Amino acid sequence: MEKSSSPEPKSTGSSILLHQIWNWADERLGLEPIVQLALKKRVPEHRHSFWYYWGGITLFFFIVMCFSGVLLLIYYHPGESSYESVRQITYDIKFGWLIRSAHSWSANLMLASAFVHMFSTFFLKAYRGPREFTWWSGVGLLLLGMIFGFSGYLLPMDDLAYFATKVGLSIPTVIPEVGPWIASLIRGGPEVSAFTVSRFFALHVVVLPALFIPLLMFHLYLVQKHGMSIPESEEQKPESERKSVPFFPNFAMKDLAMWLIALNVLALMAALFPWGLGPAADALKPAPMDIHPEWYFMSSFQVLKIFGQWFPGELGEFIGLAVFNLGLILWVLIPFIDPSSKNGRRSRLATYFGLLALFILLATTIWGYAVLPPATH
Amino acid sequence: MSDESQPQVDNEASDDLLSRRGFIKVVAAGVGACYAGAIGYPVYQYLASPVEQAAMAAAVNEVTLPQAASLPKNTALMFRFGSKPSILIHHDDDTWSAMSAVCTHLGCTAGYVPEKKVIFCPCHGGTYDARTGANISGPPPKPLAPYKVEITDGKVIVTRA
Repeated sequence: MEKSSSPEPKSTGSSILLHQIWNWADERLGLEPIVQLALKKRVPEHRHSFWYYWGGITLFFFIVMCFSGVLLLIYYHPGESSYESVRQITYDIKFGWLIRSAHSWSANLMLASAFVHMFSTFFLKAYRGPREFTWWSGVGLLLLGMIFGFSGYLLPMDDLAYFATKVGLSIPTVIPEVGPWIASLIRGGPEVSAFTVSRFFALHVVVLPALFIPLLMFHLYLVQKHGMSIPESEEQKPESERKSVPFFPNFAMKDLAMWLIALNVLALMAALFPWGLGPAADALKPAPMDIHPEWYFMSSFQVLKIFGQWFPGELGEFIGLAVFNLGLILWVLIPFIDPSSKNGRRSRLATYFGLLALFILLATTIWGYAVLPPATH
Repeated sequence: MSDESQPQVDNEASDDLLSRRGFIKVVAAGVGACYAGAIGYPVYQYLASPVEQAAMAAAVNEVTLPQAASLPKNTALMFRFGSKPSILIHHDDDTWSAMSAVCTHLGCTAGYVPEKKVIFCPCHGGTYDARTGANISGPPPKPLAPYKVEITDGKVIVTRA
């Protein structure tokens, strides 16, 4: 890698050959400007630099998820035999349990690091101009990631997956007029069935990647275009006092070290806490007592529950849904509400809004877990 | 990788530098190989799992075909010997023969042609003798592997020859 990126003519035969290959490729592909850009790229260094790693960590987990997902695709069958195929992957195919566990754990760790990345960029006010599109594409990626999670959760078709999806898909039914129609269209019928698994499978492995990957490329392109954002405390310093390190090799090596830590955490979690498989879904059996969504939906689940208790019937759920969506819209529009740091002034309002959002998310998530009955199996 | 660009200091110091650099390179390569192995081994085993299962399924020496005894004369029954497509033929003179149905040319499944009383592979027109499995005409280089057939209590038992 390093050899090809520093194509200085050297005396040995192999380096002359490498140099010739480099020139041949450069003439045809125009690689030199990319190398120059990579060599010129610098990363600011300050007391908040730690948060710069979290986008990369999220990306790492996404890459792991792609590889493990392709491996699962080799033995998974959508439709009627989905449970049986996941049972085979988990119990019959060698190391199948580990591949499946790595896929589930990397999905959860990816969403967790994406949340850290999002809140850190929020509090460092990195969403401000000219980085609005970076912010929007990032929020879009997180939402797509959550749909990835929701659709993937059903695929094993065990009892928890079945009932969680049933509950999740009954939420859109509170939307007036079109709600029930939307829900039936997503389910492929009035009930969650093998048809639902097949369409969630198509969504999970074709539609979502086809949307996610271009959006991710756009997000990464914008990060290269605008460079790293610096927090207000740094903006106030004169340019000469700001410190930075070259991306290659200094920051890239640190990034790699972070990836290694992420890999170790993932390997430990996947091996020590392998993802379980419940009994096959059965619509005639009562739902498990501890039925609950994944942690990243727990907050919205609890908000809906709270509003459901305050207001009777579907009205409560509708208000809950409306409140949640309003919050999301404000979150997306924050670059307009807090457009730029004029005169380097801190925007306390945005900070308070972020703290409030973080508090509500954490509090409702903890609340949701606190009121769960104990597991029955 | 950029050893040449290191400024030349006195010999001792540069030796130290090189050995430290060399040491780090060796350790990094070793650790990298460990990680590659720790990831590569489970992935290999995962991918190879059905290959092993198929090999285990193929390792059979005897197949019992309970209903085959009622097979009409001059007809054939396709069955699997382990994982291998195979053919059982009930001849006009009430004798039986069984053999692999995998054409020795390029691996298509061959079938019995009652009108001509031969085994024929449609892929490239290979023909085999229906009693011995000997290659008669066309591209097949070798005869079909024959099995032994035994009839007991109305059951057909096929064993490796």
